[in-house]
Amino acid sequence: MSTTAKKSQNPLPMKERMKVPRQLMPEQPAEVRAHNFEEVNLGYDTDLAQQEAMRCLECAKPTCTDNCPVGVDVKAFVERIVIGDFLGAAAKIRESNVLPAVTGRVCPQEDQCEGTCLLSKKVKPLGIGYLERFVADYEQRMGTHILPNVTPTGKKVAVVGSGPSGLTVAGDLIQKGHKVRVFEALHEVGGVLVYGIPEFRLPKQIVREQIEYMRQMGVKFETDVVVGRTITIDELLEEEGYDAVYIGTGAGLPQFMNIPGEHFNGVYSANEFLTRINLMKAYKFPVYDEPMLDLKGRDVAVIGGGNTALDAIRSALRLGARKAYVIYRRSDAEMPARAEEVHHARQEGIDFQMLTAPVEFVSDGKGWLTAARCVRMELGEPDASGRRRPVPMQGSEFDLPLSVAVIAIGTSANPIVQSTTPGLGTNKRGYIQASEETQRTTRKGVFAGGDIVTGSATVILAMGAGRRAAKSIHEYLTTGEW
Amino acid sequence: MFKIIHAEFLAPGIKRFVIEAPRIARKQKPGQFVILRIYEEGERIPVTIENSDPERGTINIVVQSAGKTTHLLNSLNTGDQILDVVGPLGKPSEIRNYGTAVVVGGGVGTAMAYPTAAALKRAGNRVLSIVGARNKELVILEREMRDVSDALMITTDDGSYADKGFVTDKLRQLIDNGTRIDLVIAIGPIVMMKAIAELTRKENIHTVVSLNPIMIDGTGMCGGCRVLIDGKSEFACVDGPEFDAHRVDFAVLVQRNSMYRDAEQRSLSEFHRCKTEAATQEPEHAVAIAPTVRQGDQR
Repeated sequence: MSTTAKKSQNPLPMKERMKVPRQLMPEQPAEVRAHNFEEVNLGYDTDLAQQEAMRCLECAKPTCTDNCPVGVDVKAFVERIVIGDFLGAAAKIRESNVLPAVTGRVCPQEDQCEGTCLLSKKVKPLGIGYLERFVADYEQRMGTHILPNVTPTGKKVAVVGSGPSGLTVAGDLIQKGHKVRVFEALHEVGGVLVYGIPEFRLPKQIVREQIEYMRQMGVKFETDVVVGRTITIDELLEEEGYDAVYIGTGAGLPQFMNIPGEHFNGVYSANEFLTRINLMKAYKFPVYDEPMLDLKGRDVAVIGGGNTALDAIRSALRLGARKAYVIYRRSDAEMPARAEEVHHARQEGIDFQMLTAPVEFVSDGKGWLTAARCVRMELGEPDASGRRRPVPMQGSEFDLPLSVAVIAIGTSANPIVQSTTPGLGTNKRGYIQASEETQRTTRKGVFAGGDIVTGSATVILAMGAGRRAAKSIHEYLTTGEW
Repeated sequence: MFKIIHAEFLAPGIKRFVIEAPRIARKQKPGQFVILRIYEEGERIPVTIENSDPERGTINIVVQSAGKTTHLLNSLNTGDQILDVVGPLGKPSEIRNYGTAVVVGGGVGTAMAYPTAAALKRAGNRVLSIVGARNKELVILEREMRDVSDALMITTDDGSYADKGFVTDKLRQLIDNGTRIDLVIAIGPIVMMKAIAELTRKENIHTVVSLNPIMIDGTGMCGGCRVLIDGKSEFACVDGPEFDAHRVDFAVLVQRNSMYRDAEQRSLSEFHRCKTEAATQEPEHAVAIAPTVRQGDQR
């Protein structure tokens, strides 16, 4: 990290920097993008990127880095953008973040790096996410990655799950000279990045390129392996000779609301709905074989207020839904989704039914969904999460006509690995117990992180856990101490 | 890629494949299944494991042509490859010495019932097996089932082989004859499993069925395979596929399995049309592989 004494490379005088407005992200017009799966944001060009980068106040004690779960040296990479060294900027990010093209697109920057940006006290914060995306895409377009030089250690690490945390562990450990093999249950590598997040927010080509880069660094991937079923953690350690295992199996079983009618045809979990679209390409039926219900001219609602909920409903809109609702039992302020996604969704015409919750699904008598019976809510006292508890309003029941309802209210722990690994401690909700500092589990040589430890969270928090795990796996492999 | 070592028809439309899948072969237990995807644009479908050979590293799967994917699969032969095979999935059958176990296999379900029957036999049970099929040609694995059973009863719907009637008739007979039955395990069409469940409920006989809902990932992630068990949603891929038959809501299973009927029929008819066109144009390549089914982007 650069020292405070170093002279700034930024030609713009400090007092001028606040006068430059935050550079807008070019995007597809809402009325156009609502009908296609192309990416919403188009990305900065070099001029916009440099213009934006020059707004950085180059704080002596930058809080942006402190607030980044993987600790990206923001000031240093932004400075390289200012001087036009875009590949250097990318290399700088890669020191702490193996998936910059992904995080630049899906991180909740407003709660992290940009949230405490000094600029935001007076004007809009520095577009750190946009800049990260810019350099990652620039590097991708140039096709020149700077491959790190590493000395092999002869140690072998198995990574279970190829989502953001597993990829981070793999990327970090391969650079330390360890052999890394990533096991993936699905037929495609990437976890939630390929089955969960839609094309218009994270193009799959971007994910494939990031993974290809990891392959070039020497990471091995094996798909179609359900650890716990196809092979167990103990077999990886004892029979396949791995020195350490990282479990990053991710968000588990989708939760349902346990209200009447959830089994009607037309009621999906968000995981199933998004998997059919993103992984199985059901929207290209019949070119692709996996079917899904035809949404053209139908009314669709998603239940929930997170990023997954917005991904699902915006996908439904793109598949031709006539009305596309978000049903959320709290208010705008409590919505966990990224601000930019909520903004984009509103622009696209998504109808937000806030302070509303379904109490029952209604069918045509033949098992097909026709409506969600809902109640309106008001906010009461804060609950365990610190957010004000929604309380149903007497007599507010109404039927919202629907053909398809997508339930996006979170997940619970997938038991497959835990139930087949003796001695692996879990908490009372079934998630794997792991040290917050080292990601060590109760089993020697076994580490865990991401959603399978914390419950549903974000891509970047899973990556943060991956970083800590990689560091502590490296220590364990080097010292042999547990 | 997973190589097909051997392929043979057991009956019209029912084919057995021996597939090189060493990891799965080592772990497979009775009651489990695999999910496969034949080619890049293909769907993922759950398929029965009939047997496995851990030494050779192979698994046997048995497939009945029903929709496009199963038709396509059954057009593959020795030496062909399957893009993805993942498993073994689901909880294994609960094998222990119950005393007397009646194993019922209906149609292609017999292939899934067979390893369970064999395991129950090895565990010391008296195994009475009942195999049912529409007609003589569709009776499969008769010799195999006989080898692992103390008695084997066969029924055909049309009476073209063995006894005319349904598997429930045989089970009814066993009960009426005063046979002590400690467990019934029934695997086959939903209507059959439902009929067995209704019969044994009255007799208070512990009964297990293996459910076959629509499934995508098979690891608990998508929740598409949820079935109603005592009014509560459970996932067939991680909580099953075997469930206590008396707690299963079969009507919901039938309803949910009909969800994509229109799409499935469309896929199948386009597949057949392509096959016919290919057959008329290029007789030497009578089987059109699915990637030729391209109607352009329907988005």
